[in-house]
Amino acid sequence: MTTTSTPRPADALRDGDSAYQAPPSAAARKVGGLAGWVDDRTGAAKPVGYLMKKVFPDHWSFMLGEIAMYSMIICLITGTFLTFWYVPSAGLTVYDGSYVPLRGVEMSEAYASTLHISFDIKGGLMIRQIHHWAALMFTVAVVVHMFRVFFTGAFRKPREINWVIGSVLALLSIIEGFAGYSLPDDLLSGTGIRAMAGFVQTAPVIGSYLVYGIFGGPFPGEMIIPRLYSVHILLLPAILVGLFTVHIALVALQKHTQFPGPGRTNDNVVGYPVMPVYAAKAGGFFFIVFGVLALISALVQINPIWGYGPYDPSPVTAGSQPDWYMGFADGALRLLPGWLEFNLWGEYTLSLNIALGALVLLPLVYIVLGAYPFVERFVTKDEREHHLLDRPRNNPVRTGIGMAGITAYTVFMFAAGNDIMAIKLGLSINDITWFFRIGLFVLPPIVFWVTKRTCLALQRRDREQVLHGRESGTIIRTPDGRFFERHEAELPEDQWILVQHEAVRPFEIAATADEHGVARPAARSDRVRSAMSRFYFADAVNPVTPAELAAAHHHGHEAEAIEGPTPAGEIESSSRDDALARRLE
Amino acid sequence: MNALAARRRHPAAIAVLLMLGLFLTGAAYAAVAPEPADATTRALPAQSVEEGKALFRANCASCHGLNAEGRATGQGDKIAGPPLAGVGAAAVDFQVGTGRMPMTQPGVQAAASDEVQFTPEQIDHLGAYIASLAPGPAVPSEEAVDPTQGDPALGGEIFRVNCAMCHNFAGSGGALTRGKYAPSLKGVTPTHIYEAMQTGPQSMPVFNDSNITPENKRDVIAFLTTIDEQENPGGMTLGSLGPVTEGLFAWVFGLGILVGCAVWLGSKAA
Repeated sequence: MTTTSTPRPADALRDGDSAYQAPPSAAARKVGGLAGWVDDRTGAAKPVGYLMKKVFPDHWSFMLGEIAMYSMIICLITGTFLTFWYVPSAGLTVYDGSYVPLRGVEMSEAYASTLHISFDIKGGLMIRQIHHWAALMFTVAVVVHMFRVFFTGAFRKPREINWVIGSVLALLSIIEGFAGYSLPDDLLSGTGIRAMAGFVQTAPVIGSYLVYGIFGGPFPGEMIIPRLYSVHILLLPAILVGLFTVHIALVALQKHTQFPGPGRTNDNVVGYPVMPVYAAKAGGFFFIVFGVLALISALVQINPIWGYGPYDPSPVTAGSQPDWYMGFADGALRLLPGWLEFNLWGEYTLSLNIALGALVLLPLVYIVLGAYPFVERFVTKDEREHHLLDRPRNNPVRTGIGMAGITAYTVFMFAAGNDIMAIKLGLSINDITWFFRIGLFVLPPIVFWVTKRTCLALQRRDREQVLHGRESGTIIRTPDGRFFERHEAELPEDQWILVQHEAVRPFEIAATADEHGVARPAARSDRVRSAMSRFYFADAVNPVTPAELAAAHHHGHEAEAIEGPTPAGEIESSSRDDALARRLE
Repeated sequence: MNALAARRRHPAAIAVLLMLGLFLTGAAYAAVAPEPADATTRALPAQSVEEGKALFRANCASCHGLNAEGRATGQGDKIAGPPLAGVGAAAVDFQVGTGRMPMTQPGVQAAASDEVQFTPEQIDHLGAYIASLAPGPAVPSEEAVDPTQGDPALGGEIFRVNCAMCHNFAGSGGALTRGKYAPSLKGVTPTHIYEAMQTGPQSMPVFNDSNITPENKRDVIAFLTTIDEQENPGGMTLGSLGPVTEGLFAWVFGLGILVGCAVWLGSKAA
């Protein structure tokens, strides 16, 4: 196409004009070449430059989330490979592949194709094992990452939304895992689907309709495998990746939290920029995770589907368990007593013995998790932003609650392995089940109490260390024959970590009275809050104040007057303490 | 030597030393541990009922009664030993040949033992005596239990339908109620597998010839022998116990190794 223009009278006015030449952008001038070309067309230089210069703090526990991220990516890569050969069909076929003990056996195409991947596709078994190990590692890392975020209080304002997103991600990841576990259509996964059908049936009133909807008819039907396949490779991965992107974008937006230390405040981030340090570290860590998972997958078998044989509703194998992340729900079923099944009006069965573990517990765990930041905010009424992490000991009740929760979860999870424990430890499965039934109620309070007391003791030790320094191991003998151990003050930067946290005290309801002096009862929510606040903070051990530090020095000198003359080192460290005290003031 | 000396305070030194110590102790034990005597000579059944009776009276009668009529303990319905008339030589060969009988002490279940108390001839005498009390299943012939003549694929199907719910898909064993268990089937001889199916020892049901025909029993034996002998394509099996051990491995070793890497990487400041 050519452009022609008709001459117009006013053209003369533009005779002297020269065409406008856009100057190259700053990035183009700087790097030129391809990067400049891309930037001219996308304007990417600015945001990329911003990201490259972004500073992240350094701590090994911040990499737990990275393990989850990388495991997820590995699952996506290996999963794509598996879709090239997997056939999501319940159609009947007769196996004639290279695994002899199954030759001539009737099975579904899904199972036959999984066997085909395992035995006849080069590297297929390896990729399948990486996929499965990475999935287990993903769920493990998600949980451990949650531990880190919880115990350091990283869920506090402004990160509550991200905590909720993370909880949803954790829930979706285990559902995604279950969908994948169900696809090979071997005896184990078929048993899992059979169990799932049973769980759904226990939903009051709508249960049987739901099962018919999910399975497209009575169990097992031919619909469930293609449907789970769509959910497993399309629906859930899309939601997971989408939510994960928001999760990570919020981290970038809100900046990463950091542990307290000298020079680290609520308003800065101390660490290294992404380029080059973090890019190298995080990129390298991806390959470490991939390498470790590949090594494990090469050496250790996971889910030997050829051993389980094809699914058939009549057999079941001993040791039929879900993968570990669904273990807590399975364990709950093993613990729930049978008398929770009721027969209403002689017509309707209400299977609470199953529904409580299968339908109630699973969402409940994640709802409680997601709600926790809001409960704590209700107690503390803390409206400030927190970018400095708590040391777990400095919030003993939160740490105790977390440990108690982990204990309850662990009891459920271990209960799912009661049969394996019975044969491997030579115990009675009935005794193990009763131990867990009682333990579910007894162990969490004990663990809470022990954790809380341990935290308080550690806090007291921190105070002790600030006030009296640490034991140097040097025994001084005075001229008149008495002995004492010299205490050395910590360096101010070490001491800072021990005293930086805030003093807390329980929220007290102010005594209110109306104009006639009649006491006015406090609002109900205030009373609840006050009670909870006492639970959290009544026996708090607060950090050493500058005044206490100064007093300790005087006291220390008195003590030394009793014990003997002040050694030179003590004087020196005292002056350091004074410096710290000044800084604290 | 200098390099070694320089590393002796390395944080990993104590762990390496411990592993080395454990390894050496284990290796030394394996080298000196006494080997169980291997009795290979198996005489033809002597039909020496009298000899078997004498052995029975000396070793079994305290629980099973002087004439194998069984004995009650007097505590509720607990029995010291069941009556043995009609159990046949197959049951004797299984119970005594796997070291389950004589039991050292009463328990929920007699466990298989590597230390078989009697020689094969003695077991045959005992079997002849028990078989003389009433007719019962005999010890199967070599041909009846020959795994090479069975169909492992068919045997696998029969195994999964009839056996896997207790013995697990790979024959690794499983738990039953109150401390009873289905034992692992790894390394059990074909004859003993056949006898167990035929006689239903302890908590195991009897799979008689109309439940599972002798040919099908041989197929099951062929299946078990095949999975016992085949190499594991996936690597270490973790006991073939299902997802529990896999989860444990992921938590302990997977997480352990990756956290170790994270700590190492985290300590590498720029």
